[in-house]
Order: sequence, then C-alpha cells, then structure tokens
Amino acid sequence: MNSIYELYQSLSILERMLVFLVLAPFVGGFLAGVDRKLSARLQGRYGPPVRQPFFDVLKLLQKERIVVNKFQNFSIVLFFLFTVFSGALFFAGADILLTIFSLALAGTFFILGGFSVGSPYSHLGAERELIQMVSYEPMVILMAVGMYQVTGTFKTAEIVQHPGPLILFLPGVFAGFLYILTIKFRKSPFDLSMSHHAHQEIVRGILTEFSGPALALIEITHWYENVLLLGMVYLFFGFNPWIALGASVATFLFEIFIDMNYARFKWQLTFASSWLFTAVAGVSNIIVLHFIK
Amino acid sequence: MGWFKRSPWVLHYNATSCNGCDTEVIVSLTPLYDIERFGIINTGNPKHADILLATGSVNEKSVQVLKNLYEQMPNPKVIVAVGLCAISGCVFQDCYNVQGGVDKVLPVDVYVPGCAARPESIIDGVLKACDILEEKYAQRKKSYARTQS
Repeated sequence: MNSIYELYQSLSILERMLVFLVLAPFVGGFLAGVDRKLSARLQGRYGPPVRQPFFDVLKLLQKERIVVNKFQNFSIVLFFLFTVFSGALFFAGADILLTIFSLALAGTFFILGGFSVGSPYSHLGAERELIQMVSYEPMVILMAVGMYQVTGTFKTAEIVQHPGPLILFLPGVFAGFLYILTIKFRKSPFDLSMSHHAHQEIVRGILTEFSGPALALIEITHWYENVLLLGMVYLFFGFNPWIALGASVATFLFEIFIDMNYARFKWQLTFASSWLFTAVAGVSNIIVLHFIK
Repeated sequence: MGWFKRSPWVLHYNATSCNGCDTEVIVSLTPLYDIERFGIINTGNPKHADILLATGSVNEKSVQVLKNLYEQMPNPKVIVAVGLCAISGCVFQDCYNVQGGVDKVLPVDVYVPGCAARPESIIDGVLKACDILEEKYAQRKKSYARTQS
C-alpha cells in the first residue's frame, strides 16, 4: 500500500520534477479525452476518440503561425513556464504556498496575453478571467492554511505523508475547494472566460487571438494545470494512496457531471457565490479547527 | 504526415442563405449525426478554424465579411460551399444583388449539393475537405523546404 510513497521517497527532487514534466501532459491529455468522450455520452452522442486532444494539439502545431504582436506569445510562454514550474514544485514536494502563488502568477501572464491583443472579445475574456481569479484565489490560500493547521507544515512532501486523514479535519475546506475547482477546470457553470461552447457569446473569449502553435501551448499548459489541481485533491486523502487516487478520479468525473448539468453563471453570481461558499465552508472550517486543535 | 484528417475544425458562415443549409449544418452536431466523433468542432472563431463552411448565394453585403473571415484563417485552409445557392446561386442567380455562389468571391475546394444539403452530405463534404487540407499542408511544407534550401 505504501509502495507509492517508498518509490516517491527514493527519487531525488530533480527526478520527481522530471517525472512530472514527462508524464503530466500524457495524463492531462488522456483526462481531457475522457472528459470529451464522457460529455458526449452524457449528451447521448458517440463522441470523439479518447486520443482526440492529442490529435488537436498535433494539428495545431502544424498550422501557420499568426502573431498579432510581440507580447502575445511572450506572455503565453511565461504562462506555460510558470504553470509547469508550480506543478514541478508541487510534485517535488516543495512549499505549497509557493506552488499556489506561482500558479497565480501563471494565471496573471495568461490574462496579460489576453489584454495584449486588440480584439474586444479577448479583452472581455481577460476581464472575466480576472474576476474568476479574484473569485477562486481566497479559497486556494485557505486550503493551504487549513492544511498547515492540521499538519503543522506547508511542505507538500510532509503534508501528503501525514498519517491522519486530512479530509476528516477539513471537510468544509474540501467542499470549498471542490467549488472553486470547477472554475479552475473551466467547466460550466463557471466557463465565463474561454468556454469551448461560448462561441455565440464572446467567440472564444481570451483565446480569440491565439491560433496554431500558441493555442496548442495553451492546451498543453491546461493539461499540466489539471494534473496539478488533481494532485491538490490527492493531498486531502494522502493517508491512503489508493483512496486518494480514487478520490482524485472521482473529483474529475464529478466536475464533468457538474459541467453537463449547469448553464453558465453571470460573473456577478460566480463572484458572489464563490466568496460566499469560501466564507461559509472554508473560513468556518478553519475557525472551528482553530478551537478544537 | 499531417493531423488535419483527425481534427478538422469548422467555421460556419451564413452568406445570405435562407437558413435551410445552416439548420442542416447545426443538425449535424446533434446526437443523431454527431460530427464530433470525427474530431470536428464547430469553432465560431476564424483563427482556430481549418475549414470554412459557407452557405447562401453571397450578396453585396456579405462579400466583405466572407473575405475577412477567409483571410483571418491560418493556413492551410479549405472552403466548402454548402448547398445549391453557395454553388451557383440557385434560384437567386439572376437577382441584381447576389454574386451567385461562393466561388465568384473565393477559391472553393469542395461543393456540397442539395437544397437544403443533407447532414450526411455535409459530413461527407467536410471529410473530403480534410484530404484537401492534407494536400495543401504537404504543398506548403514542400514550398517551405524549397525556400529554405
């Protein structure tokens, strides 16, 4: 049962980072494929093959490069680098706060990329992305605080090996994290900024001016990000690797289910509901924990 | 080898169509025909599209829009004319305000006949367009290699 942790501990920090760098795109792409297949099945369609996201990215890499200005691809490359950096830090077992803040920095570069072009659709998407970031960021930080309260450390490697089940101490924080995870996965009802299906409303939002290889890079970054987020879900169940892996997969399936069942929220509702949920579930959990610990 | 066959993304533009062919294009997205099983996505953004599905007889107002959309698409790209209006102008071809077909304005690669074109033939046309996309990609690659040497 603990062979996963023994294997993990036998690797050096650089090796752990390398494993993440190599494996995460395959896992993320596979999950994206499962997502599309499952979404299609839930809608009564046959759906594309599970390998479809890889086909899409390979095709996008073969398309012509169209760059609107110098800063556009610069921001996207930084978005990619910082996402990969935060993922590598996380899976190497480094500080979870550093992971969270470098992920936020990656998001900021993505928004700057959206603002650097002239398209009003892109600007609208970038503004919505900002709103989304303001909505989810408090809960992500509260998650780190909650984990510190239980385990007494911010180090991911030590949090994951904490013998007690974190989920029993942090049910509210987990519920709040689940809520904002829908925003991070860019699923309905929170797919305001760059939905796959929003073309009637804001074309592709923040992605409007990105085409070909740049779009492929964004897609790959998104895979890395998804793996990192599921890794954070894993932390809550770290006491047993099999339960934790099962919980991560179940969370992903749950997000697909939510995606299929909800229409898109307005940004006001997104903002108000996620802060309300953060306050009710997250903050109250941390206050209670403060008194019982 | 190109990957265009496995993931052709489609942009649909209604150039003064009666909405008949457009409805059929949308119908091919539904569970009955489900074009996403071929990896085809209806994007709505010219910068992400590989194939332009144009319907209608193209009047004076829509010429410029059609040209803009085509120019914004990154290479390689293919145009599919869907429906008889897009092929020849059909019953509207003598009207004073229509161009009479998409190929009067832009180089059309695949013609999908029918009034309205049936979803099956639209899917067939898009898959034919994929082969042309592959060819165009191969040509581009060859000409690029020539300029490099």
